[in-house]
Amino acid sequence: MIQFRNLHKSFGTQRVLAGMNLEIPERSIFVVIGRSGAGKSCLLKLLIGLLHPEAGEIQVNGVDVCSLRGRTLNDMRSRFGMLFQGGALFDSLSVYDNVAFPLREKTRFSESTIRRKVHERLAQVGLSGIDEKFPAELSGGMRKRVALARALVSEPEILLFDEPTTGLDPIRVNAIHQLIRDLHKKLRFTAIIVSHEIPEIFSIATHVAMLHDGTIIATGTADEIQASPNPVIQQFIHGRSEGPIEAN
Amino acid sequence: MFTLARSCARLIYFTLSEMGRMGIFLATSLLQIVVPPLQVTQLLRRIDFIGARSLLLIIFTGAFTGMVVAFQGYTALRRFGGEAFLGPGVGLSLIRELGPVLSALMITGRAGSALTAELGIMRITEQIDALEVMALNPIRYLVVPILVATLITFPLLNAVFVVVGIYGGYLVGVELLGVSAGSYFSQMSSAVTSADVWGGLYKSLSFGLIVAWVCCFKGFYAARGAEGVSHATTQAVVMCSVLILVWDYFLTSIL
Ligand SMILES: Nc1ncnc2c1ncn2[C@@H]1O[C@H](COP(=O)(O)OP(=O)(O)OP(=O)(O)O)[C@@H](O)[C@H]1O
Ligand SMILES: [Mg+2]
Repeated sequence: MIQFRNLHKSFGTQRVLAGMNLEIPERSIFVVIGRSGAGKSCLLKLLIGLLHPEAGEIQVNGVDVCSLRGRTLNDMRSRFGMLFQGGALFDSLSVYDNVAFPLREKTRFSESTIRRKVHERLAQVGLSGIDEKFPAELSGGMRKRVALARALVSEPEILLFDEPTTGLDPIRVNAIHQLIRDLHKKLRFTAIIVSHEIPEIFSIATHVAMLHDGTIIATGTADEIQASPNPVIQQFIHGRSEGPIEAN
Repeated sequence: MFTLARSCARLIYFTLSEMGRMGIFLATSLLQIVVPPLQVTQLLRRIDFIGARSLLLIIFTGAFTGMVVAFQGYTALRRFGGEAFLGPGVGLSLIRELGPVLSALMITGRAGSALTAELGIMRITEQIDALEVMALNPIRYLVVPILVATLITFPLLNAVFVVVGIYGGYLVGVELLGVSAGSYFSQMSSAVTSADVWGGLYKSLSFGLIVAWVCCFKGFYAARGAEGVSHATTQAVVMCSVLILVWDYFLTSIL
């Protein structure tokens, strides 16, 4: 169980989160939607301790992660995997070494086990046979998928995906969603997915929450959110330019 | 008047907090050196980049520095008939001063700036964050190999610079200007003491530390996109060069 309690985060005078509350049940596929710039990436970075809130707390199984430092913070982070919005692949390492990196550094698997796991993940994201390429030689969508393979390879308990399918073609989008669902069935992780793939993402979500104006304005199952009478949500999920949210 | 005082206060505050952060960064990096395991592949990669690939540049600048010193030294010494002391003049100035300082400045320009840019790009593309998220210490991963590599390569490159410089001086002094080869070398070896050699070694070690420290710090905390990285790179090179010269004066006065 992950709980965000009365979380506040600003950059200078810009308030990004203002008293946000959210509960994420264990083993859920929890999708966070919201406008660009709403603070979804910030939310993930706060959870993993890359950013610090001005007020409020984030509890993971009852432990406040914002107060953790040093070794205890690292122990907590070892249970997480994260896919960054920009991929964050190491440019000095090949695709293979990038995906193998978490295994080599954090586990004691033999090199042959590592090779098997890495190739399995790369095949699952549709990227066999590019082991020796470097991130700079890949397309944007390929980079995203390598990053996804890297996040999945160490099989963490909690996975944070920041827009896992942005920049992919529609067939790949569904394939990646399918992959996340299959792996979730097998590995039973908790996934927090930030996504703009509406409505495709609803098919795999066990829960959906919408972040707007610094708070979560609604949470529920995908069906509940889609049936919500809230005009903000309706405008957002149907992508209408008229409504309570100004288009620009 | 009031705004002036306020901007002064802000500048002082900013400078002090930056110095504090730099101090903490250095202390953390030095502490992390002793935390095993050392990143051997990273270290070798850095030694190759900072050391091996600077070799040609160091040979080139060393040779010309030695030649210029010999020329200038010869012109000055001839005015009072002291051409025989050309060897000690060239040797001492290279070993004690020019070798460590010039080689450090050359490596700063060639490798230091590149290191700042590399770390800066890793920062703005979230690669450093990715390391942190994997519960790996980015300082131990990225900074320690650079720090150890500079401590290894700076003295070696300095030695190359000095040796090549002495031969450059030999070419000009002996082959071109006609100082006797015997007096060039014998006077040099009787004038240069081991204290001079150690002094040069300490200098280049400390310059290596300065370059790794400043360049890594500036890159590690780069912000605001490509412009931030270029700003960090400029700042790193300027700050390294100034610090090297100031620290050199300080060391010269105590060693
Ligand atoms: N390091 C930072 N410094 C200053 N402001 C920031 C920083 N990071 C984010 N912000 C601001 O915080 C707000 C939320 O950013 P965030 O990246 O969380 O948006 P997002 O919801 O992920 O958007 P998108 O869907 O476009 O990725 C933005 O308005 C942005 O300007
Ligand atoms: Mg984002």
